[in-house]
Amino acid sequence: MNRGKGRALTEGQRAERRLGLWLCAPAAIVMVVVTGWPIVYSVLLSLQRYDLRFPEDKAWIGLSNYATVLTSEVWWNAFWVTLLITVVSVAIELVLGMLLAFAMYRAIVGRGLIRTVVLIPYGIVTVAAAYGWKYAWTPGTGWLAGLLPEGSAPLTERGPAIAIIILAEVWKTTPFMALLLMAGLAVVPEELMRAASVDGATLWQRFTRVTLPLMKPAILVALLFRTLDAFRIFDNIYVLTNGSQGTGSVSISAYHNLIGGLNLGIGSTMSVLILVTVAIIAVVFILGFGTAAPGSER
Amino acid sequence: MAEIVLDHVTKRYADGTVAVDDFDVRIADHEFVILVGPSGCGKSTTLNMIAGLEDITEGELRVDGRRMNERAPRDRDMAMVFQSYALYPHMTVRENIAFPLKLAKMGRAEMEERVERAAGLLDLAPYLDRKPAALSGGQRQRVAMGRAIVRDPKAFLMDEPLSNLDAKLRVQMRTSISRLQKNLGTTTVYVTHDQTEAMTLGDRIVIMRAGLIQQIGPPQELYDHPRNLFVAGFIGSPSMNVLPARLEEGRLRTPIGDIPLRGRLRRAVEGPDVPRDVIAGIRPESFEDAALVHDADGGGTFTGTVDLLESMGPEKLAYFTLDTGAVRSEHLTEAGGEEEAGEGCQLVAQLDPKSGARRGQPVRLWYDTQAVHLFHPETGENLTER
Ligand SMILES: Nc1ncnc2c1ncn2[C@@H]1O[C@H](COP(=O)(O)OP(=O)(O)OP(=O)(O)O)[C@@H](O)[C@H]1O
Ligand SMILES: [Mg+2]
Repeated sequence: MNRGKGRALTEGQRAERRLGLWLCAPAAIVMVVVTGWPIVYSVLLSLQRYDLRFPEDKAWIGLSNYATVLTSEVWWNAFWVTLLITVVSVAIELVLGMLLAFAMYRAIVGRGLIRTVVLIPYGIVTVAAAYGWKYAWTPGTGWLAGLLPEGSAPLTERGPAIAIIILAEVWKTTPFMALLLMAGLAVVPEELMRAASVDGATLWQRFTRVTLPLMKPAILVALLFRTLDAFRIFDNIYVLTNGSQGTGSVSISAYHNLIGGLNLGIGSTMSVLILVTVAIIAVVFILGFGTAAPGSER
Repeated sequence: MAEIVLDHVTKRYADGTVAVDDFDVRIADHEFVILVGPSGCGKSTTLNMIAGLEDITEGELRVDGRRMNERAPRDRDMAMVFQSYALYPHMTVRENIAFPLKLAKMGRAEMEERVERAAGLLDLAPYLDRKPAALSGGQRQRVAMGRAIVRDPKAFLMDEPLSNLDAKLRVQMRTSISRLQKNLGTTTVYVTHDQTEAMTLGDRIVIMRAGLIQQIGPPQELYDHPRNLFVAGFIGSPSMNVLPARLEEGRLRTPIGDIPLRGRLRRAVEGPDVPRDVIAGIRPESFEDAALVHDADGGGTFTGTVDLLESMGPEKLAYFTLDTGAVRSEHLTEAGGEEEAGEGCQLVAQLDPKSGARRGQPVRLWYDTQAVHLFHPETGENLTER
């Protein structure tokens, strides 16, 4: 690709570039309006004392909302819970997703059926699925709760509740992971596998020494997408526990402050902090691990 | 190093395609055997069965007398070179070459020494720390060779290893592969669809067609004594000329004149099942400009107008159109593929560069009547060789 650095562009290239910018413009403008403005607005709100219950107290207070949030135990609890859910569920999804990707890719008989079945959870609305899990774990009526010892109510205890949240999350998004990984599998040439087996590699060695390194870009992209997504987890928790027993994520906290508490200042501060965390995750993935957007060359 | 025996091996794919049918060859230790044939004739399938990359449907594969059918590729100790080279893109040249050794858990010192030696043999030393993406086609090919020779395997299996190279490099690599194999003495099975490669490289050639072996033998034998029309058309460049011919009292009528039936020709047509209409084959090399032939005994002559003249340097190729229909045979379509689409029967003669033949001018040619082959029009069998 021509980066145009230190090299004079010809008239034609410049015209082409201009046309490119014009063609991108509508999308860019829509993006700015629908995502850029709300972000700017949240940042502005986070710098104010603004509680809808006391509208007359509204004032610019600089960064003191940030001080409030960052010293609050509730926030940090939510933060660590979110991190735990993110790391554990993404790790499980990676392993399961890889297995499913292989199954989908290698299946000789019933390939279409397997792919369809694998994708079903991804096709179900998260909230609907979350209610399914909730009823399943409700003592007395749920089919999964029935498997547990008498008198246990997993969704009301912190540890089990988080485990169930992770389970619901994994069930829901593993297909997405598998799909991304399968695209990565497809770029590993079949002939390399043959070469490796003639060179003396076992199935496991072929996987770890040839397939995995070649799939690395796809794996990183899948991990990035899923990590960003998981960190913003909301709907599963909202339905399953609504954040009770210290199971709330950062998004749940922000929601409770914004919508429940009507505290626009604190809620917006939390939203901005979530955005910052997500941005840091993305930067770590892209600069630290060299994750490239799908389609761009290394 | 090993003896490889394919004992009546057959490959039937899941969809019922019989890719290789009753393949029966004994490849001696140190031997360099070429599998050659048109596209889709089952060469790669055969090689993959030897490597263990394809299951054997029927028959037995033995290496040094031991049955291999059920063994995984990694337990067969064979090295393979692929047409696409199949280098690992995430590894450097050094790591690529060392990969089989690493898998075999070889000690570091010996591994390094072996990689250096292989790199030296193949002039790869300056590139050891590069990734394959930063190499030229020829260098990649050599890395693939390096990965094969580094572990001293029982056999080399090569599937069209040179077909992605340009013509000049191919000739160069051909010689170095030949020299390498002679030096190492490793049993080699080499697949190609290029008859020149087949002729120049192998100790023996196995010619295949539609899964069936047509003939096995040293290059010269296949050239001199093709068992059938397919082999005759496949081996040799330019291809053997094929002409319609008719057996009459004591002679053979052909578009390039009558040929007396003597010696081997006489014996060839004596059989009971020989039809009157046969196919005559004569190689371009069997012609010469009559003006340059002094001892013209035992030959025929023919005068024709040169359509096209190609000067190749050490020889001239003169093309003629004979006023008779071209020979149509299923045994030819897949083989040479050189046959012009035109209706007329084409003839190519290879002449001495001193020949005065000129385009558009008539020239008198001499040909060696004893070099004529006669083929059965239906079965394609070479009547002069049975
Ligand atoms: N997996 C498969 N399933 C069914 N048929 C196959 C399969 N692989 C190959 N074939 C068929 O088997 C025959 C032999 O294939 P093979 O690859 O051995 O040919 P080849 O001689 O190597 O040809 P080429 O010179 O084009 O490489 C072909 O007709 C091919 O279509
Ligand atoms: Mg092939």
